Amino acid sequence: MIEAAIRLTRTGFGLDVSFTAGAGVTALFGPSGSGKTTILNAIAGLEHPGQGRVAVEGTVYFDSQKRIDVPPHRRNIGYVFQDALLFPHLSVAQNLRYGLRGDGTSFDGTVALLGLEHLLERRPAKLSGGERQRVAIGRALLSEPRLLLMDEPLASLDIERKHDILPYVERLRDRFGIPILYVSHAVDEVARLADRVIVIEGGRISAMGPPETALAPHLHGDETRFDRVSVLTGHAGSYDEAYGLTPLIHEAGRITIAGKLEENRKTRIVIRARDVTLATTAPRNLSVRTALTGKITAIERDEEPAAIVAVALAGGQELAAAATRKAIDEMKLAVGDQVWCLIKAVSIDARWLTSG
Amino acid sequence: MPSFTPEETQAILLSLQVAGVATLAMLPFGVALAWMLARRDFWGKTLLNGLVHLPLVLPPVVTGYLLLVGFGRRGFAGAFFEQCCGLVFSFRWTGAALAAAVMGLPLMVRAIRLTIEAIDSRLESAAATLGANPFRIFFTVTLPLAAPGLIAGSILAFAKALGEFGATITFVSSIPGETQTIALAIYGLTQVPGGEEALWRLAAVSIVISLAALAASEVMARRLSQRVAGFA
Repeated sequence: MIEAAIRLTRTGFGLDVSFTAGAGVTALFGPSGSGKTTILNAIAGLEHPGQGRVAVEGTVYFDSQKRIDVPPHRRNIGYVFQDALLFPHLSVAQNLRYGLRGDGTSFDGTVALLGLEHLLERRPAKLSGGERQRVAIGRALLSEPRLLLMDEPLASLDIERKHDILPYVERLRDRFGIPILYVSHAVDEVARLADRVIVIEGGRISAMGPPETALAPHLHGDETRFDRVSVLTGHAGSYDEAYGLTPLIHEAGRITIAGKLEENRKTRIVIRARDVTLATTAPRNLSVRTALTGKITAIERDEEPAAIVAVALAGGQELAAAATRKAIDEMKLAVGDQVWCLIKAVSIDARWLTSG
Repeated sequence: MPSFTPEETQAILLSLQVAGVATLAMLPFGVALAWMLARRDFWGKTLLNGLVHLPLVLPPVVTGYLLLVGFGRRGFAGAFFEQCCGLVFSFRWTGAALAAAVMGLPLMVRAIRLTIEAIDSRLESAAATLGANPFRIFFTVTLPLAAPGLIAGSILAFAKALGEFGATITFVSSIPGETQTIALAIYGLTQVPGGEEALWRLAAVSIVISLAALAASEVMARRLSQRVAGFA
């Protein structure tokens, strides 16, 4: 278990957070400049908070009251940086061995896990962005850390490379027991990887919990309505080979996904509010296959043309739908109304859902 | 191929010896000072920086006189080194090397400091998170990445040491075979009638040595920076 309480002030920026994180992936999610990286740096010992406490599995690394501040090289915390930070003058193999702990028997396994066999003799300058990031992950893993910090490891990669790396990160999560603190501002990434989400805004924690609730429509949030998302969880049904579709079974209905998912696998999907259409009757003669039933719990509207309608789906999960104020008025939508939420299958990027 | 008199040969070899020893001896100090100035914050940093750079702006004769006072046989440091390791500076070639080192140090520190400052300090942080202590970080990350600066700084300091005149002549005088380097020999030749021919020979030698040093530094720095960047 990781315990972190960090309070520091820099010119024009203040950070005051306190949280614990257990096994699996804990995502620190929030916009750029909200203090996520500073939190990782403080945990790694690369920055020194004015006040606070950092402990991993009971070992105290920092305590401002007891004046404990263990230097980074004695913390045994792995760190994967956004831009990999491989040592340019060393080969891939030398980079991987730099922090090697134990008898080195884990070397070949880690190299195989990350698919690095053919890269060992190369210099970092001759690697692609995705390869560099895999080497950085391997280098951190081989130091046998008690905790792995990952700072937007996919942010500098294009979408295809992201999908190459994600399965490796999932394997880390599933095969090694190391707790991972994963910083990201990409909601799809967080929804796929995280067991738990801590939302950081302006140096403070604004929400905490499983992705479904922490990333769910917080009607008080100040992100633009255009970017509002909801996270739903379901179990993948059997793949329809003829049409290339997989249904995701949810209490509120079947969600059609364009693509193949591993059957029975618990799968999280991210649905953007702007991709949800509301209907007051069961839809007919529409191309949309997915219609989830639920009740309106709140309508957030102001002077903007677009408003957000929060719907409690059958089964309890919440879904946000964006609609114009005009549509809401003409349909006479009100809190408590029964609605059908229509979601176009093609609006869900199945690449974020499937694993390797 | 011009033929040199034994005295000229002596001056040339002595110059190379003095400059070579001075460069090698100041290298550890230069690297340590450059690293401290580039990477550490401490009380008196500005003062230390000023002291290192002082010989660059001080009249060399003043530096030479201060060395004479401090490192002469009756000087505080001179007496110390004579007692502890039998090392005598005054009126010896070792004194010429010391003077050359003091004069060359600012150039060396400057060159190395700039390369260290150009190294992404987060690479050193990454090494720390991999369990490397500051000592190991310095020798496995900082120093290899600063190698081009080390070469450039050493060549600069070597060239400066070859040409050093004012502090040397004040500190150790111009004794043929002991402290009379090329620069001092050339100055001596300007003072005697009929010395032009010998003067030109020695001048040509200093030009050749300096050009060779500069060319070598170019080539080595280019190769090293390519290797450091991972392209070779």
